[in-house]
Amino acid sequence: MDQFAWLIPTLPLAAFLIIVALTYRFKLLSAIVATSFSLGSLILAISILIQKIQNPKTTETFINWLTITANQQTVLTLQMGYLIDPLAAVMCLIVTLIATLVLLYSIGYMKGDEGFSRYFAYISLFTFSMLGLVISNNYFQTFVFWELVGLCSYLLIGFWFFKPEAADASKKAFITNRWADFGFLVGIIGLFTVFGSFNFTELSAVIGLHQNTLVLLILGLLVFLGPMGKSAMFPFHVWLPDAMEGPTPISALIHAATMVAAGIYLVARGYILFASVDSVMIVIAYIGGFTALFAATIALVQRDIKRILAFSTLSQLGYMMMALGVGSMTSGMFHLTTHAFFKALLFLGAGSIIHAVHDQDIFNMGGLVKKMPITVWTFVIGSLALSGIFPLAGFWSKDEILTVTLQHHFTGLFILGTLVAFLTAFYMFRLIFIALFGDKRSNHHAHESSWTMTLPLLILAILSIVAGLVNTPWFYQWTGMSFSTFLFFKEPEIPVIHWSIAGLSSLAALGGIFVAWIIYAKQHISADKLAERFKGAHTLLLNKYYIDELYGWVFNKGMIGLGKVFNFIDHTLIDGFFDGTATLIRSTGIQLRLFQTGRLQQYALVLFVAIAAMTIWGVR
Amino acid sequence: MIGLSHYLFVAAALFCIGVYGVLTKKNAIAVVMGIEFMLNAVNINLIAFNHFMAPNHVIGQLFAIFIIGVAAAEVSLGLAIILSLYRQRHLVAIDEMDILKW
Repeated sequence: MDQFAWLIPTLPLAAFLIIVALTYRFKLLSAIVATSFSLGSLILAISILIQKIQNPKTTETFINWLTITANQQTVLTLQMGYLIDPLAAVMCLIVTLIATLVLLYSIGYMKGDEGFSRYFAYISLFTFSMLGLVISNNYFQTFVFWELVGLCSYLLIGFWFFKPEAADASKKAFITNRWADFGFLVGIIGLFTVFGSFNFTELSAVIGLHQNTLVLLILGLLVFLGPMGKSAMFPFHVWLPDAMEGPTPISALIHAATMVAAGIYLVARGYILFASVDSVMIVIAYIGGFTALFAATIALVQRDIKRILAFSTLSQLGYMMMALGVGSMTSGMFHLTTHAFFKALLFLGAGSIIHAVHDQDIFNMGGLVKKMPITVWTFVIGSLALSGIFPLAGFWSKDEILTVTLQHHFTGLFILGTLVAFLTAFYMFRLIFIALFGDKRSNHHAHESSWTMTLPLLILAILSIVAGLVNTPWFYQWTGMSFSTFLFFKEPEIPVIHWSIAGLSSLAALGGIFVAWIIYAKQHISADKLAERFKGAHTLLLNKYYIDELYGWVFNKGMIGLGKVFNFIDHTLIDGFFDGTATLIRSTGIQLRLFQTGRLQQYALVLFVAIAAMTIWGVR
Repeated sequence: MIGLSHYLFVAAALFCIGVYGVLTKKNAIAVVMGIEFMLNAVNINLIAFNHFMAPNHVIGQLFAIFIIGVAAAEVSLGLAIILSLYRQRHLVAIDEMDILKW
């Protein structure tokens, strides 16, 4: 089965080419091509995953795409190939599944849009890029697809490019990622220079022999810059909240399966590199933990439904990074998997709501539960899963992360994680109580969406409920295996429930829901008064800690200052020298021209005067 | 008694008249006439020097005859140029003949 793995990314690529070349004019046909090809990839991904479960042996196939020789010695070999191990198999499934559901959903959501075919072409290209990255067997190929993912996110965030905000957001996403990718590129070039290979398998063998060396520390931090940009870790997080300017299904795709998952996936893929240096792991853990808390606090006060979800994604990505950083690849990837389901569900649900209400401000919604029950109840399931309520998917993965954090003696991060669990539950249920329940707050005519939009919601809701079960002791007892015995770094773990930790995090989540219920549903405590009371903090959070403004200021001042210096060098010094030379020659010419009048008699006069002068001179 | 210096004085005066004519006249024919003046001033010098300094030789006279010959050729050539210029561009004024400037 593995020999067909290359077909998984190739099918979406084929869909992209077919739409661009043939079916661009036929909108529905384009959508059908994109969805069915993606479904084909999904079926392949499922069969490969089943095969991996039966026989978890890593298979690698590659061709030498480019070989450069100097003095009869091979100095550089670039490979193109695929590496299928449990990690790649799980990731392929997530990406193809989310992509297929998003494509199906988009048929309803994008109905009547001018760029309907273009949209489906881009998503196919996006899926192709992400899958190419997932099955890649070396850093170089990863980098190529990494950039393609960046390009596609640019195209899709700026899908409605005629809106200035969308155009700006797409540029912001692309440029922020460029900064991070620069470090990544330097890092992989460094890896090649030091260890002589881009290949993951070869590198793992070599890096395994080194521990805690300075070179590995530097390279690890440089390579980690790439995932920081793609997964929107602080301080590269600024692009993700703005990325919601694209169509909502795109946000679902970016937030759940493709763009931001790429960063987490790369850390997991190159785990041996990071795990070989303790301080790099600590950096990863604390950046993740900080981002989790940082984003969760911002989400508390936002009004835009997509913005709340975007900050929630940031926060959950922080969780995953933290899990990877404390040394548990399994829990990080497990949370990525469950998060993909419920975050896609939440975004698609939000899309359905926006589609119905034509507004993104949660204070203009309200009273939706009777109008669109499927959307509302699936949204509630997604929120419960995100908050980590037993027995939904989020509970298991969040519990797993908190457990490993404590096991690896990161007590500070454990407390932080529990706090974030409380905040997460609070802001999600603030959103639910304001936007979905309660009274109608504006004159909207909400209605349930069509079946192409609700079917993905239902599928994702079911997955959000059951996906967590694959890493429970019961599942292990029943089937003899679980997520953590399938996908792991070094040692497989048998899932265990730590009731005290689970109880604590559940208590935090329920506490968050309870506080949200008191403030926003029962209104025992006035939210406005709270905002008034903590005015400074509220303003700070509402403005996202002024990070955007800070960056704007730094880059504006810095760039303009630098620009002025270069402008001076270019226009005054360099141009001055060359222009001055030219001016000198020109003015000399103008002066010399006066001597050449073309009047014979003048010449003759000069001639005679000269002869007379010479004669007189000679006589004397 | 008329001596060498008288001849030289006449020749110098004639030469200066010629130079003046060449430099100031607008008419190309007058310029050619000025050149003739200058040539003949030189001829007078040659004959005078020949007569007073080396009366037994004819070399000065020989040169003078050569110059007369060359002058005749030069004048005929000059007049031909002036004529053809006149035919082409209807001008004999020398200050308008500036097409060589470019």
